[in-house]
Amino acid sequence: MKAFAPIVLVVALFAAVPLVVHSNVILNFLVVALMIALAGQGWNVLGGYGGQYSFGHAAFFGTGAYVTAILQVRYGVNAWVGFATGIAAGALVGAVIGALTFRSGLRGSYFALVTLAFAEVLRISASVAPITGAGVGTLIKLDLRAQAFQFQSRATFYWISLALVALSLLIAKLIERSRFGVWLVAVRENEDAAQALGVDVATVKSAAMVISGAITAAAGCFYAQYFLFVDSGIAYGTWISIEVLLTPIIGGVGTVFGPLFGAMVVKALGEGAQLVTGDAPGLDLVVYGAVLILVIAFMPRGLIGGLAQARQRLMRRPAVEVHHG
Amino acid sequence: MAEPLLLVGRVSHRFGGLLAVNAASLFASESRITALIGPNGAGKTTLFAIISGFLKPSEGKVRYAGEDITGEPPYRLARRGIARTFQIVQPFAGLSVRENILVGAHLRQRSREAALAVVERVASEVGLTGVLDRPADTLTVAARKRLELARALATEPKLLLLDEVLAGLNPSEIRDIVPVIRGLCTRGIAIVMIEHVMQAVMSLAEHVFVLAEGSIIAEGTPAQVAADPVVVEAYLGHGAAARLGGAHAH
Repeated sequence: MKAFAPIVLVVALFAAVPLVVHSNVILNFLVVALMIALAGQGWNVLGGYGGQYSFGHAAFFGTGAYVTAILQVRYGVNAWVGFATGIAAGALVGAVIGALTFRSGLRGSYFALVTLAFAEVLRISASVAPITGAGVGTLIKLDLRAQAFQFQSRATFYWISLALVALSLLIAKLIERSRFGVWLVAVRENEDAAQALGVDVATVKSAAMVISGAITAAAGCFYAQYFLFVDSGIAYGTWISIEVLLTPIIGGVGTVFGPLFGAMVVKALGEGAQLVTGDAPGLDLVVYGAVLILVIAFMPRGLIGGLAQARQRLMRRPAVEVHHG
Repeated sequence: MAEPLLLVGRVSHRFGGLLAVNAASLFASESRITALIGPNGAGKTTLFAIISGFLKPSEGKVRYAGEDITGEPPYRLARRGIARTFQIVQPFAGLSVRENILVGAHLRQRSREAALAVVERVASEVGLTGVLDRPADTLTVAARKRLELARALATEPKLLLLDEVLAGLNPSEIRDIVPVIRGLCTRGIAIVMIEHVMQAVMSLAEHVFVLAEGSIIAEGTPAQVAADPVVVEAYLGHGAAARLGGAHAH
């Protein structure tokens, strides 16, 4: 149980925010940051723990968003059912992409490029297919009732996004402590050595991709319910692929809290830059780029890794002296 | 007589135009140490890669525990009980020693607690208890070799393929690790070791196969093999046996 205490603490702290802060601007900012943290945790399962850097997680985010929206708008399905189906669809897309890429042995930059291609194919298909509303997009009817997964109050949405993030933290922690997680990390570190120790590399990677796809799709489902509008550029756009990999890398790749921490920092920096300079287009991306370069140059294990290292160095110093003396 | 645990039958492997292993046959049995020796480039590591499933042989069969396992992937062979170490050590560099061994232990143990118990046991067996929490990439060469061995042992193998675990160690480190290997053998594990440290081969192995230019040129007890003129020539060149024989005959 001790292992889960930090998660409980962090979630409790976040949960208290709407009791103190009533500004819709701030709550809106936090909801979006939590949504990115959720999507980033999906990427982190595959990229952080498994070492498979995907450049195309928009494929999952977009699938979740579109499935949620289309089921409601075109088939009259209940929003909650749509939400769950969206997550399942993300897992399914993960299974398909995983089967195609990992079974054929794609690694490293080849894997990254193929995932990017999948996301782009989906984006282009969604921008012309009638079922997605093509270029116009899909608008979910405003219906502020809990049955429709729509809420008057920002705080409710905030708590829902937080609950999803909490669940994703829990999943990451459970993976870390499971046999599957040990194998996944072994695959990241050295595939040959992992195989020699009995790890079925392709299956482990594919399973990680399914979990990853489901979590990132959940963020897409949430997006659809929160903004009530989806089009191909939002759902399958490269912006989400980039934010989803930036947040864990900056926060701490392969750590439970990396995506959450990274999302808060990245989003705050992006907003801050926009405040300072007005709405110069693309400036947030410049800031992301600069932060990414700094983090990779000075803290390759992200902010959390950097902090942990600094703490270790401070605590170890006396012990090291004894050892040498 | 029952079939030995491992039976390699006329296995060949071709890299493009190069015949790296040419119709090589060998066997290994439980509770015995079998050595595979030969000059550099003889194809020993290639043969190991074939036995452990990392390479598919162009021809020939590998049988294990009475079944044909030719071409099965490494992870399945590991589940059957075949473990290997790598000549060039392959630690999970970013992980601690404990986490490294844990990967192997999880092959047979689903629960974390049981797997961690296996890690403790194996670590004390190979002498890594003191460094369990160190990052693997801070270990000395000798400790890394031990880690290779520990990870393989954690999978609870029946057949252990050791690819030059003694190479790069100094004599005192070799003296420390030789009893560990002998201990595994007395526990019933079949060990096949590729080794250049002849002193260790002589003292450890019961049966030796000599591979040269891809073919098995001799086999027998260490003493028989060392006295075989064909083996001496493979190492020292044509005519060497005759010259040596003339100088100091046995």
